[in-house]
Amino acid sequence: MVKKVFGKPKYLKDAPFHYCPGCGHSIIHRLMAEVLEELDIGDITIGVPPAGCAVLAYDYFDVDMGEAPHGRGAAVATGIKRTLPDRIVFSYQGDGDIAAIGTAETIHAANRGENITVIFVNNGCYGMTGGQMAPTTLLGQASTTTPGGRNAARDAAPIDLSEMLAITHGSAYIERTAVTSPKTIRQTKRAITKAFKTQIANKGFSLVEILSPCPVNWKMSPVDAVKWIDNTMIKTFPLKVIKAEVGKL
Amino acid sequence: MSKKVLMRGSHVIGEAAARAGCRFYAGYPITPQNELTEYMAESMDRLDDGTFIQAESELAAVNMVIGGSMAGARAMTSSSSPGISLKQEGISFLAAQELPAVIVNTMRGGPGLGNIAPSQGDYFQATRGGGHGDYRTIVLAPASGQELADLTRTAFEYADNYRTPVLILGDGMMGQMMEPVVFPDPVDVHKLSLKPWILDGAGGKRPSRIIRSLLLDPAIEEERNWKLMRKYEMISREITRAESYMTSDAHLVVVAYGTAARIAKGAVKRVREMGLKVGLLRPVTLWPFPEHALKELSRYVKDFLVFEMSMGQMVEDVKLSIEGRSDVHFYGRPGGIISTPDEVAKIINTIYHRKHLEED
Repeated sequence: MVKKVFGKPKYLKDAPFHYCPGCGHSIIHRLMAEVLEELDIGDITIGVPPAGCAVLAYDYFDVDMGEAPHGRGAAVATGIKRTLPDRIVFSYQGDGDIAAIGTAETIHAANRGENITVIFVNNGCYGMTGGQMAPTTLLGQASTTTPGGRNAARDAAPIDLSEMLAITHGSAYIERTAVTSPKTIRQTKRAITKAFKTQIANKGFSLVEILSPCPVNWKMSPVDAVKWIDNTMIKTFPLKVIKAEVGKL
Repeated sequence: MSKKVLMRGSHVIGEAAARAGCRFYAGYPITPQNELTEYMAESMDRLDDGTFIQAESELAAVNMVIGGSMAGARAMTSSSSPGISLKQEGISFLAAQELPAVIVNTMRGGPGLGNIAPSQGDYFQATRGGGHGDYRTIVLAPASGQELADLTRTAFEYADNYRTPVLILGDGMMGQMMEPVVFPDPVDVHKLSLKPWILDGAGGKRPSRIIRSLLLDPAIEEERNWKLMRKYEMISREITRAESYMTSDAHLVVVAYGTAARIAKGAVKRVREMGLKVGLLRPVTLWPFPEHALKELSRYVKDFLVFEMSMGQMVEDVKLSIEGRSDVHFYGRPGGIISTPDEVAKIINTIYHRKHLEED
């Protein structure tokens, strides 16, 4: 008698990930697919991938997926959810997508209390375009457009989008997590579960910001990248539940 | 059919949209088309299944329409010139992702903020795609209240049939003018044929679907472009439309669309009273452009006058259609100026006599 203890989640396609070694997207995709299966919502879920490395998320998630223009994930998801309010709608966005070019769409979707779930992957840089400064790049952190390190006077300080979203009236659940260790990965899965449960319970806008390594653009080994998040990045972006006005889920 | 009612153009589009089964509207305030947004707020509210969103920006509005369309709704947004510029990102995506949607442009004077007076300065933007990439949108140019009602219905049908964005190109005059209108009966949205491509959750019953525009492999992107091209050729064969007025014996034909065509028609009537053999060709579809109708006319009409409320944009399509067989003259007033029929009649008169057309 063989007992299956580990396998591919139901809502991931049978396709190898294209992401770079040490990248967090693969872990996050898997966690989301597990949650969709555990909450039994995959069959009614529609996902909105972004412009960026994760645009190809539709090659991996085995749910309906509709690609949004750069930064417009929250607006496209709004259109889908308002048309089909009994479906589950998520958008999956990177830091440049959500916190620079798509800031307005995101803040207003949150403020309207759109009943959607946003997975915000923060790797502190524009990954797909080759590591330029993102709105979340840390002060002093080098990027291809801040070769001498990000300078507050010239480049501004990193933006705390999740904290900003928390003060909008319509946001219900916002948590910042990471995917750097079994412990933080388990915590991320719990946060994703809560975010989707928030949507299932019609409580309003939910978002999980996930600090995720980008070893290639950070020019670090995957191990060093994970350590850098745990030791440095969390000082600017502390891991915590930022808002949870959801009652009992 | 409803009974005849007197209504403002912007409201006519709104009512016709709701009757055409539009159940999703997102828009942003901009003059001179706010009456349409306001009408949609009320009409979507009246419906159990209607969605109205006042978006935070033109960009958000058109992207919400992308979402509504992906989920299967008959979806619309509207704006005026500067706002339509902002929507071009979304229109390019709608074309690439083959999503139906209706976009109304109530044109105003430009470039830049320009003014809020009627203009036809967005012809190039409308008929050349408008956004980035190799695509076209169907462009309908109503010239009366009744046509606003009829073409709005048509716009939603074309959008669904061809899975493509359709632009209704009006101007401040069309939007504000009150005219008698008889509306077509409302569509029963539950009887509309199901769209077999929408994103509504795979439900465990079918493979999951993807609506995308990113095609990294140039060979696949090229094939998508060819596929769109084949669709555009089919559209050109099937829907090209123009109104011909007193052209059968004409020595000179005026070519104008929308509000300019209304003015031009008045001018043609005036010069006909003076015995001049002048007709009017009014393109109803600006893309596809009625080049065949112009080509046929150019067999016996040796002079054309293109009249636009711009510095001359459609005139290029007229020249391309006529291919040098006849002389093409142009008269235009940009910036929100509305010519009178007398003013255009004078231009017709001058060309007519200078070219000795009375002797033909």
